[in-house]
Amino acid sequence: MYLLSAIAVDVARGDRALLEGISFSVAAGDLLHIKGRNGAGKSSLIEVLVGLRRPQRGRVEGLQSQQMHWVGHRNALQPDLTLAENLRSWCSLQKLKTANVSDALEHLGLRALRHRPARTLSMGQKRRAALARLLISPRPLWILDEPLSGLDTQGTLLLGKLMNAHLADQGGIVVTSHQPLPGRIARVSVLDLA
Amino acid sequence: MWTWFHRLASPPSFYQFSEIVSPWVLLSALGLLGYGLFAGLWMAPPDYQQGDAFRIIYVHVPAAALSLSLYTGMAVAGIIALIWRMKLAESAIAALAPVGASFTALALLTGMLWGKPMWGAWWKWDARLTSELVLLFLYLGIIGLNSAFVDRRAAARACALLAIVGAVNVPIVKYSVDWWNSLHQASTILKFGKPTITPEMGIPLYISLAGSYLLAGYAVLRRMQNELLLRERRANWVSKLLSEQKQP
Amino acid sequence: MISVIQHLAREFRVAARHKTEWLMPLLFFAMVTVLFALGSKPGDPRLAEMAPSVLWVGALLAALLTLDRLFRGDLDDGWLEQVFVAPGAPTTYALAKMLSHWLLTGLPLVLLAMPLGLLLGMKAGQGMNALLIGLLLGTPILSLLGGFAAALTVGLPRAGLLLPILVLPILSPVVIFGSGAVRAANAGLDSSGPIYFLAALLTLGLTLLPWVASVALRNAFD
Repeated sequence: MYLLSAIAVDVARGDRALLEGISFSVAAGDLLHIKGRNGAGKSSLIEVLVGLRRPQRGRVEGLQSQQMHWVGHRNALQPDLTLAENLRSWCSLQKLKTANVSDALEHLGLRALRHRPARTLSMGQKRRAALARLLISPRPLWILDEPLSGLDTQGTLLLGKLMNAHLADQGGIVVTSHQPLPGRIARVSVLDLA
Repeated sequence: MWTWFHRLASPPSFYQFSEIVSPWVLLSALGLLGYGLFAGLWMAPPDYQQGDAFRIIYVHVPAAALSLSLYTGMAVAGIIALIWRMKLAESAIAALAPVGASFTALALLTGMLWGKPMWGAWWKWDARLTSELVLLFLYLGIIGLNSAFVDRRAAARACALLAIVGAVNVPIVKYSVDWWNSLHQASTILKFGKPTITPEMGIPLYISLAGSYLLAGYAVLRRMQNELLLRERRANWVSKLLSEQKQP
Repeated sequence: MISVIQHLAREFRVAARHKTEWLMPLLFFAMVTVLFALGSKPGDPRLAEMAPSVLWVGALLAALLTLDRLFRGDLDDGWLEQVFVAPGAPTTYALAKMLSHWLLTGLPLVLLAMPLGLLLGMKAGQGMNALLIGLLLGTPILSLLGGFAAALTVGLPRAGLLLPILVLPILSPVVIFGSGAVRAANAGLDSSGPIYFLAALLTLGLTLLPWVASVALRNAFD
């Protein structure tokens, strides 16, 4: 049973064709690592997977976007709201319970910062806050767009642990990164867009 | 019929179709316009009230009719572009806006020229004039919006939405200015009513009307071709076309 | 309905962190009105006659000032894309945004219009009532139409001047009916006709424009 399948997907940005005939499937416990140089269309492909962008051709089957956690390259943090407020309003947008917000922040080492406005945080701290969304409620599929950008060594290791735990729980992950992924992950398939 | 329509809707075949058709459209437009204007300006008798000044009708009425028709066409193309995401409809929006704006400006200008001898003023806040002016602003807004986007498809969809909202707005503007005027003055000069027109005057009008529509059609076809070339510049059919034209 | 309130709560929380920003349109409105008075002859009785159109145009221009940023921040920080993958309807989000613009900019302007009207020599009475009711119905139309235009131009780097150019022609009926109602009331005529028309326009806008705006916002991602 696949969580997500792309079938002969063509991706365009405006009137420029980026990718042609992309096909893959992600099963429970699988990690798909999408590689490619800058401008190859990684983020556009991710946007197609989560349903934000329409594919030119082909189709995406499997889970709805409500069953995925998507961390895009933008962190979705309003600069004037505090971290806790940001995560809580994200929860109400996603119709999730806010009970786990402080636990999730704790887990990513952001507990002390939770009442600071997002604008006062460093890039890595904001990235951690965006990743904290993954822990607020369990969803079977994670879609991560360059999750490592801005993270320090510690943060990278932490993310590796989180991904391993999610895969062990029979979750699936699609991740774009031009850096090697942290941690030892058993079932990795690589999609190189070069 | 339907498959024929479908095939025509693809950019390369539309380009070819337009390449063949547009010279004939231009030729018949010039013929009809030439005859209509000649008959209207020289052969038709002068109006018993307005004298020779009425002859501007042969430019004014076609321009005014086109300003509305082209806007309606743009809104219809907008609906098609938004629902079926047809490339041809998208390029039609971009092509229709400047042509429509030109005819709207022409209608306003000739209206002012006509107004001076008839009403004694270049401008009256008459409902038709005012809504025509608002229509010009709407056209200009669409042209501005279209040129602000880098991506042509996003531009076309944004313009489509604006054109549709504007199309809903045009009758409201017309009604509001009517109401506004009736509040202030019950003017009788501005009410032309339905002028009865003799065939000597009427037939040239209909002929120049048809000629103007064809001329506008020619301009739109050519602009659509241009727009398609620009949009599809990375496509095979464009590079093939360009290399064919270089060789001979 | 619940989610409109949730979206609104977020907007108000953000606005509470920028108190001065929401005072700017009010200041602008007051200044334009004062400058208009200064530009005419001292004690000119015609000033009171012109007051409705001055107040209408001033209020609309002031409300336009904050429109440019309506969706911009949400696009930049990635909130907008979250809205489009979230379970709720984007139309709700667009409606909440427009509503927040009216509550934070439009409504204060309406309240300010009364003292400014008195300043221009308008008398409290039928005319003033028509002005306020008209503005109360007309400023939300601006928030709806302006929100739509802001959604159209959200992806554009320099939409500043384009936005009023898109909005103002469409708004002309609102200005005509709004200030017409005041003049009718001042002349002792029945002003309910144009007021009803404004109400009809508001209803039409309220049913269609949040949806059209959400389609326009979607355009930023395609």
